[in-house]
Amino acid sequence: MLILTCPYCSVAADETELSAGGEAHVKRETVGADDAAFEQYLFQRENPKGIHFERWRHAAGCGKWFHAARCTNTLEVFGTYSAQTLEPPKNITDAISAARPGWTWRNFS
Amino acid sequence: MSTRLANGGRLIDRNAKVDFTLNGKRLSGFAGDTLASALLGEDQMLMGRSFKYHRPRGVVASGAEEPNALMNLGEGNTFEPNARATTTPLFGGLKAASQNHWPSLEFDVGAINKHLSRFLPAGFYYKMFIHPRPLWKHVYEPFIRRSAGLGRAPEAEARDPDTYEHFYHHTDVLIIGGGTAGLSAALTAGRAGLDVTLMEQNAEWGGRAPVDATCGGPSEIDGVSVDEWINNAIQALEKMKNVTLRTRTMGAGVYDHGYVLCYERLRDHAPELDGPRHRLWKVRAQQIITATGAIERPLSFAGNDIPGVMLASAVRDYAVNYGVSAGDRTVVVTNNDDAYRTAIAMVQAGLSVPAIVDARTMADQGLVSQARALGIEVKQGMGIAKVKGTKRVTGVALCLQAGEGAVLEEIKCDVVAMSGGWSPVVHMWSHCGGKLTWDEDGQFFRPDPDRAPTSHDGKAFVSVAGAANGHMMLGAGLADGASCAAKVVAACGKKVKAKDPVPSATDVTEAPMAPVWIMPQGANISLRAKMWLDYQNDVKVSDVQLAAQEGYESVEHTKRYTTLGMATDQGKLSNINGLAVLSGALNAPIPAVGTTTFRPPYTPISMGSIAGEAKGDIFQPMRRSPLHDWHDDNGVYWEPVGHWRRPYCYTRDGESHADAVNREVKNTRENLGLLDASTLGKIIVKGPDAGRFLDMLYTNMMSNLKVGRCRYGLMCSENGFLMDDGVVARIDEDTWLCHTTSGGADHIHQHMEEWLQTEWWDLKVYVANVTEQYGQIAVVGPNARKVLETLGGMDVSQDALSFMGWADGTLAGIDVRIFRISFSGELSYEIAVKAGQARALWDAIYKAGQGFGVMPYGTETLHVLRAEKGFIMIGDETDGTVIPQDLNLQWALSKKKEDYLGKRAHERSFMADPARWKLVGLLTTDRSVIPDGAYAVADGVNDNGQRNTQGRITSSYYSATMERGIAMALVKDGPDRMGEVLTFPKTDGTEVRAEIVDPVFYDKEGAKQNV
Amino acid sequence: MSKAISALNGQRFEGAVTVKDLGPRGMITLRGDLSSAAVKKAATSVSGAEMPQAGMCTIAKDQGIAWMSPDELLVVLPYADVDGAIAKMGKTLKDTHHLLADVSDARSIIRVQGTGVRDVIAKLSPADMRPSSFAVGTMRRTRMAQVAAAFWMRDARTIDVICFRSVSEYVFGILSAAAAEGAEVYPK
Repeated sequence: MLILTCPYCSVAADETELSAGGEAHVKRETVGADDAAFEQYLFQRENPKGIHFERWRHAAGCGKWFHAARCTNTLEVFGTYSAQTLEPPKNITDAISAARPGWTWRNFS
Repeated sequence: MSTRLANGGRLIDRNAKVDFTLNGKRLSGFAGDTLASALLGEDQMLMGRSFKYHRPRGVVASGAEEPNALMNLGEGNTFEPNARATTTPLFGGLKAASQNHWPSLEFDVGAINKHLSRFLPAGFYYKMFIHPRPLWKHVYEPFIRRSAGLGRAPEAEARDPDTYEHFYHHTDVLIIGGGTAGLSAALTAGRAGLDVTLMEQNAEWGGRAPVDATCGGPSEIDGVSVDEWINNAIQALEKMKNVTLRTRTMGAGVYDHGYVLCYERLRDHAPELDGPRHRLWKVRAQQIITATGAIERPLSFAGNDIPGVMLASAVRDYAVNYGVSAGDRTVVVTNNDDAYRTAIAMVQAGLSVPAIVDARTMADQGLVSQARALGIEVKQGMGIAKVKGTKRVTGVALCLQAGEGAVLEEIKCDVVAMSGGWSPVVHMWSHCGGKLTWDEDGQFFRPDPDRAPTSHDGKAFVSVAGAANGHMMLGAGLADGASCAAKVVAACGKKVKAKDPVPSATDVTEAPMAPVWIMPQGANISLRAKMWLDYQNDVKVSDVQLAAQEGYESVEHTKRYTTLGMATDQGKLSNINGLAVLSGALNAPIPAVGTTTFRPPYTPISMGSIAGEAKGDIFQPMRRSPLHDWHDDNGVYWEPVGHWRRPYCYTRDGESHADAVNREVKNTRENLGLLDASTLGKIIVKGPDAGRFLDMLYTNMMSNLKVGRCRYGLMCSENGFLMDDGVVARIDEDTWLCHTTSGGADHIHQHMEEWLQTEWWDLKVYVANVTEQYGQIAVVGPNARKVLETLGGMDVSQDALSFMGWADGTLAGIDVRIFRISFSGELSYEIAVKAGQARALWDAIYKAGQGFGVMPYGTETLHVLRAEKGFIMIGDETDGTVIPQDLNLQWALSKKKEDYLGKRAHERSFMADPARWKLVGLLTTDRSVIPDGAYAVADGVNDNGQRNTQGRITSSYYSATMERGIAMALVKDGPDRMGEVLTFPKTDGTEVRAEIVDPVFYDKEGAKQNV
Repeated sequence: MSKAISALNGQRFEGAVTVKDLGPRGMITLRGDLSSAAVKKAATSVSGAEMPQAGMCTIAKDQGIAWMSPDELLVVLPYADVDGAIAKMGKTLKDTHHLLADVSDARSIIRVQGTGVRDVIAKLSPADMRPSSFAVGTMRRTRMAQVAAAFWMRDARTIDVICFRSVSEYVFGILSAAAAEGAEVYPK
């Protein structure tokens, strides 16, 4: 039963107040994309044991989508941040590096 | 025999006699008794029968670890199986019944199994019941079902009259266990000013210390008696406003991020009180201290399951706490000093202890000296070869522990008090990933402080104190409680004052225990086959050895193969002994064999507590439309639609539901129907970029919709599949109102928010879900205009309000917004009104409609009307795999727009495949109604030997208008096969044939709706 | 114009804690940039209340403002004043991107009042109801049992719960069960 702090309303929300939205930082592909790129966008997802970037929505709360950086193994949370960004902010990647030096996730490190 | 002693019993009130029954027999005990202590007081040692062999079993323990004394409690609506008598508080009128026997507890036919025991070895069920397969359903399964289970399930029609609830509790420090270590920790954490919550599963504080204080000690803490110190500690804690104390509340499970379930039993001891029976605490704690104590281990000797063989600690608990003797002559058998306390307690109670049988040879000191001083004979280096008796211990045969079991002497006795040492209760530590380490001195697993469970910040959030941490002595446990709390206080960012007192007690010196896993150590197979490890599931030493011999080397496999530790007690007594036997058989050290996984709950918790308040009227939310009460008063037959209740139809005297639907259909086509459409989703989309946004969301164009007009729209997911449809109205230059399906309101609102927040956050658009702000009433049929004109207030003529237009105004003096839209093919007005006035408007229309043949209609009539017109329904024609092209809705896919959700997906090869099944209408050749979901068969069979298919029914109704069955279906090449006849096999073996036709069955020109 | 009826029509439950329907209440959803002067003015001018801080509520008597999210306020005022207020706010926000919606009929307000009011809420919501975390004036959108709801603390004995109209009976039912005599978490 996770607790994640919503970066929009600062509430330390119980998992039952949140809804999970899968992997973060997925780039939308659309008309003009080839089949491989479109398949990647629709279906291909990371499934790491370790560092992961996820989308969550503060569903029973302020209703805002946000991102969380989390370890799927130990459930350590390195931080939550705005969903309106294309990559994790530096304070988040620094926090991960402090706890898990040498980590990588997709093209982030 | 077991009996109530003349004196003693620190927990009972001898002035308060309590009557109860066992299997209908009237018995009595005292207030403060458990069911087990009261039964022992009435000479009822036999309390159950085992699962597999139906062997007679007596009570073994005095607490949560009890494997044998499981009872059915109550009857009828309050019946509950598998209650542990040792943790069931006695109350007046309690009705208990023993389980797992027939015809009676004393004589049980199933006990024949014990004579078959050599044919029922480990893995018996797996080996026996696999072949031949056909016997499984009618022979094996009924046999296993009859033999399985301990208590019976409650009657199907029984309804628990009690209430239950949840309670979310946030605290800085949660301490599980109110023994002396837990109290010590609570005092330290409480004085540091943190929010502290202390939970104790028993009704009394202090754990084991008060009992042990009376028989070998230590008898004092901080210079006062143990009882007095406990009282003082509780009083001190009660004075602290930051401390919450609870007895009868068990820590059930520890989960991620400091989440803990605690199970409070409020009225199990006093059913006459008001309020909830159980309360499930859902605790969020920054730090958790588990001070859960330790559980004594049995010893494995032949006949160790005969009633009268008990844990040494339990024997003295019954004497000291309840003034009950388990028997007159107690032989103590042990591998450690602690069990000597039982011998001392028995002698102090005036009972006989013929011998202490100690597997060790050691010096005469501490408790050993105390026992000898009382004149008790200590037999060192000895073990029990065999317990004599069947339904009750009659004596023991002794042998050398080091030997193979040759009997040296026999002693008459009626109780064997055994102790194989103590195991810390590490469950709470382990639930969330805390790791264990093997303690060679104590021969037990204890928490490894370097591998604690970690929380959201990556730091440890569970600590262990006292016996649960391997500190079995009172003084050591008190000190451990305080030092553990000091670390936890620091982890919470506070400090313990240097002068903060640490409670102390002078521990009695104890000699080291000796690992004894089998008694005697060289026991032959016939002895090992009578040494029980798991009492409840009838697993013996020989079974675990057989499993190892057959190659089950992993402890998890052995557990499942033998069922060791899989009973309702989850192996609280058997786990370590079983592991040790397995490690011996594998010739591997115990830590290398490892433990099985500890999973919550610690002991079973009631289903009621899990359900909480959710029962009866508040089992789940039922969403009510603003017209709900009117429907209720007018013959409604409800249909659940999500959490909504919608009228399916309204029946009149003597009508079937089908009759009612047919009447409603005809009346709406011929006169006037009223539909409560309030559940339709209504979402406002507003902003300078709202048109652009809606063009991305809908497959068709919405930005060019004119103010005052409506347009039907489709929404697809990024996968290209249809997800919702509805009518969009343009309210003003930058405001649109999107209607969704009833089920789609919340979902589509969230869908919009998701795209706005996470992809197109540059768009200036706000959305608001106003579904529940408005009631919506559909006024449908040839007389629709007339009834609105009768009400007056606004011009609803074709000129003023044409088909697919909307207008604001008033009707009968009520503010309304009217949409000229039709889901029935009739002249139709959908009227939105503030929810608080919906009933007033409905009443006005209904009254005015009396002259126009008004009737309300429900969702089934809505379905028939739309199917007659060939209108699709999300969820019927679509199932998450259907695209607009399948439904001949290409006209709604904009070619002008560069992009919209689903557009790219429609280019994928199988989406563009011409072989996809497409929508058609079907008319049965015999005019019957085809079962919904039926498949049209094609020639040939598939790889599984099933008929090939070429289509399936998506909607099927009796059309009262056409007086025949009509259906819609997705059929391969369907639109090109008009006039062909398909065959649909039915589940009863017959077939129905249907001709492919246009899906619009009624008024193809649309003349009726546009007048 | 017929009188508006609240979904609970004035229901009241007397237990260890009192639960009662507050009846029709004007409620306006205002979405916009909360830092914009026009948005602040629109909200404060019709409610006569200060702008709330994030996560707070400035409702006193029967009007004020609740902070719902970083771009949403709930303006509470007498039911009869809603149409006028929306017109006035619309004028103030003429040149500002915003959304105004009357949600008075879409929601119910239920008052929970008495000693132990925090415990009644804590039986249904995972929110931390300790005074140190949830002081008077705090607003929380959350889950209550199986539905979304919000509540704010008016004073030490009073919490107002707001929920969707369709589930009013359910929310009233779970609050009443939680507030029943004998169900006190900390009996006197």
